[in-house]
Amino acid sequence: MSTPINKTLSRSVAVVGVGNAPYGNFPDKDEYALAAAAFTQALADSGLKKSQIDGIGVCRIPSYARMGEILGIDPRWTLTLPAHGRMSGISIVEALAALHAGIASYIVLLYANIGRSRRVNYGGEEIAGIWDPWGLTSPGAGHAMMFRRHMELYGTTTRQLAEVSVAFRKHACLNADAVMKKPMTIEDHENSRPITAPLRLLDYCQINDGACCLILTTAERARDLRRPPVYIAGVGARDNFRESSLPNFSPDFWYGAVQDVAEQVYTMAGVRPKDVDALMAYDNFSPTVLFSLEGLGFCKRGESGSFVEGGTLALGGALPSNTDGGHLSNSYMQGWALNVEAVRQLRGELGARQVPGAKVVQYVAATPCTRSIIYTLD
Amino acid sequence: MNSTSTYTKPLPKPDPNLKPYWDYARQGKLAAQRCCDCAHVHFPPGPVCPECLSTRQEWFATSGRGTLFSWVAFHHPYWECVKPALPYNVVLVRLEEGPLIASNLIDENLSGLKLGMALEAVFELIPGDMVIPKFKICAR
Repeated sequence: MSTPINKTLSRSVAVVGVGNAPYGNFPDKDEYALAAAAFTQALADSGLKKSQIDGIGVCRIPSYARMGEILGIDPRWTLTLPAHGRMSGISIVEALAALHAGIASYIVLLYANIGRSRRVNYGGEEIAGIWDPWGLTSPGAGHAMMFRRHMELYGTTTRQLAEVSVAFRKHACLNADAVMKKPMTIEDHENSRPITAPLRLLDYCQINDGACCLILTTAERARDLRRPPVYIAGVGARDNFRESSLPNFSPDFWYGAVQDVAEQVYTMAGVRPKDVDALMAYDNFSPTVLFSLEGLGFCKRGESGSFVEGGTLALGGALPSNTDGGHLSNSYMQGWALNVEAVRQLRGELGARQVPGAKVVQYVAATPCTRSIIYTLD
Repeated sequence: MNSTSTYTKPLPKPDPNLKPYWDYARQGKLAAQRCCDCAHVHFPPGPVCPECLSTRQEWFATSGRGTLFSWVAFHHPYWECVKPALPYNVVLVRLEEGPLIASNLIDENLSGLKLGMALEAVFELIPGDMVIPKFKICAR
């Protein structure tokens, strides 16, 4: 693994505006309405004029052109990406590259999801897969397969896995926007109904409507804007497409990919895991959080179960993670809300769920397209 | 082999790329694709070899032997038809020849399963005059 790292990209681009639409169940709203609400909030947050936006990236939004028409924007950079969670990190890396290259000056990234109100049935009959005849249909089954293997190889338990969902629910209870705010205990997790055993209902993320928006520009331009710039200090990327017909599954828990990404992102940012004040870990299913911790080096391989015991990931613990409640309890915004949360943590505007003095916040998605982004204040 | 009108799994959809696989299954054989140039074995099949990109690909009958890589029990009816069969198992099998595939164990009790257990393919008649490969735990 000798991936070249472009250190000139480090801190060359900043996030200067963030916004989100409400999260929940909105049958009367479409993706465009939710995205427009998030955009309006992010634009006001940045203090930019709409006419300054010259790049637009959309994810899970049907038409980039219709989105531009609705917002009244004629950009010179346009990107559209499919409705996969792994595309949030990819979008931000693409925006970084375009801004650094001077292809655009102010880029808006928009994501919207109406899966709750439209009753999207993940793993259902409308989405055909090669393994359907054997009944391998749930997207969470890949994570269940990995977690079963982790249990057998390393002795990890479902009570340890529960620590992930319990910590994130604690954070959601401090987040007015979060969808799931009923307090949860390890026993609640253990007693929830099995979906794809060893995984239970409380290991599965929710499905809900909502939208997120980030506005990015170069570090130089960012200094004159309304908010303190939040710099992209490092990025890392590695995809695993071999054996990808087994959905959401990796024979090695994406360990090799996450290690590779860790080397890239920490080297570029000039920080190490011990410098990370808060972690935002993609959590479509709870096991991937454990796999992220091992691959990034927060703990040794196979030891994530004992690492998270006793509230390590909760506010006040050694590594506060997904302080908005994550996908499991805040909102299924497929990585986007976690990146918004990273920015808000660094600006210090989160009140009861603020990590005091946060200076380094890391996003990671251990998925078939593993990405990590390190955000810093300077 | 048994057949029933109340089959509880999604039936295989016609797919020209997989026709040889189901043809082999009807003969009681578990098939995979092999590269005629570098001998790499893969499943699902592709138009070129994922190792050497040769277009010369052939189907062949594997030994039907493999080891247990992982397993889960489905308790939630993602498809209407599976409801009566819940909970049912899905296993990952590392075939002797290399590919990692999903299947079902015909053994009902999952409590004694161990990673790396030896498995062998068995063949079950399903509606539509088709046969589906599944696995059983090898006797010691």
